[in-house]
Amino acid sequence: MISVKQLSYRVGSSSILRRIDLHVRKGETMAVMGMSGAGKSTLLKCMGGLLRPTGGQLLIDGIDIARMNESQLDDVRRRIGMVFQYAALFDSLDVYENVAFGLRRHTNLKESEIADLVQERLAMVGLADTQRKMPSELSGGMQKRVGLARALALNPDIVLYDEPTAGLDPITAATIADLIVKTRDELGVTSVLVTHDIQSIIRVASRIAMIHRGRIIASGSVEEMEQCEDATVRQFMDGDTQGPIKIG
Amino acid sequence: MATIGVASLPIVLITVAFSGAVLALYMAQIVVKWGLGSFTGAVVGLSIAREIGPVLTSVVVAARVGSAIGAEIGSMKVTEQIDALRALAVSPVQYLVVPRLLAGVVMLPVLTIFGDVIGIIGAYWVAVVNGVAGGGFVSSLKAQVMPYDVMMGLVKTIVFGIVIVAVGAQQGLQTSGGATGVGKSTTNSVVISIVIIYILNFFLAYVMFGGKTAFL
Repeated sequence: MISVKQLSYRVGSSSILRRIDLHVRKGETMAVMGMSGAGKSTLLKCMGGLLRPTGGQLLIDGIDIARMNESQLDDVRRRIGMVFQYAALFDSLDVYENVAFGLRRHTNLKESEIADLVQERLAMVGLADTQRKMPSELSGGMQKRVGLARALALNPDIVLYDEPTAGLDPITAATIADLIVKTRDELGVTSVLVTHDIQSIIRVASRIAMIHRGRIIASGSVEEMEQCEDATVRQFMDGDTQGPIKIG
Repeated sequence: MATIGVASLPIVLITVAFSGAVLALYMAQIVVKWGLGSFTGAVVGLSIAREIGPVLTSVVVAARVGSAIGAEIGSMKVTEQIDALRALAVSPVQYLVVPRLLAGVVMLPVLTIFGDVIGIIGAYWVAVVNGVAGGGFVSSLKAQVMPYDVMMGLVKTIVFGIVIVAVGAQQGLQTSGGATGVGKSTTNSVVISIVIIYILNFFLAYVMFGGKTAFL
């Protein structure tokens, strides 16, 4: 479904992504883990068409989106739902208007049909009674759930999650992780999440890739990664301060 | 439209009224001595219609609205709301900038008309208090201030409206670096648009009014 081939992203003389190869199959949940600054979010934004790679290919259903113009990219973006690290809800709009935003712009649905869909998506994330609340009235976890409802409103084939559990308490993080699984199971979407939250990865991922200094250094199933001998992967998964990854 | 127009009206009225008044005060002090008091209406009227009305209105709107556009779009940029718009296949320029641009282009001339009127009223009042004959003020104003002067003043504000919104939006969309970045974009929105307004004003005035009347 998503094939990343030799993907590079540079800003000036700094290489953020270095010849990344990654394949995400239809219907699976791929977790990309790595340290802060490793290039995870950049990779996700390239997949979502928000950043233009400086090299390589990014194929979605065999079509390279890396060389598309904005208008062509918009067609691809309608098939992709994106959940942002801090939810990125439109703070001048209430919850209902946030979730209805894409529906109003990209469908010819009547307002009553939009209202039904918004209600359905908010119920799915457990927030059916928050329609008229402003984003500032919601907790961080609730904002992320509204962000997920907004991302799912247009029935995307692919959902991209940027640090979906970052900054949340363990129970809320587990709730979000369960929602990611529920979304995959009920809607059949292909999911990619970038995170450094190992607990959530184990809970939701079909496969894991580890990115370090802009390169994919290992990938495999959860079990394979748990058995991985690579010192960097081991240090990251064990949360060890000693090893090849140096802080600071 | 309401934010750019209605909400800016009080400060535009106050600024232009008192600027017209102070101009009339200085004018009256000089020309009454020379027995040319009636020229106050013509000079003040031309100054307000061509320069004070359009430029001061634009500067006030740049300070009030340009900064707000820079700050609002800048905040949206650093909180990934701009990325969220793009992820939802909505162009930030079409959704955020175009409506503000239209509002700026429509409301700046409207505000300037109100500013021109109140500026001349302020100038008239101060001129009369300082010894200028009211009838002479009005007749010289009517004789020298042509519809062309007023219209070109308004045309300038259309250009300035575009400048204010374009600079605010451009600064907002380029914002990075959290709250500090938003503050920088807000300041830059005002400073850059005011500098551009003043520079453009000279060239527009040169093209529109260069050598057109005996006064300037």
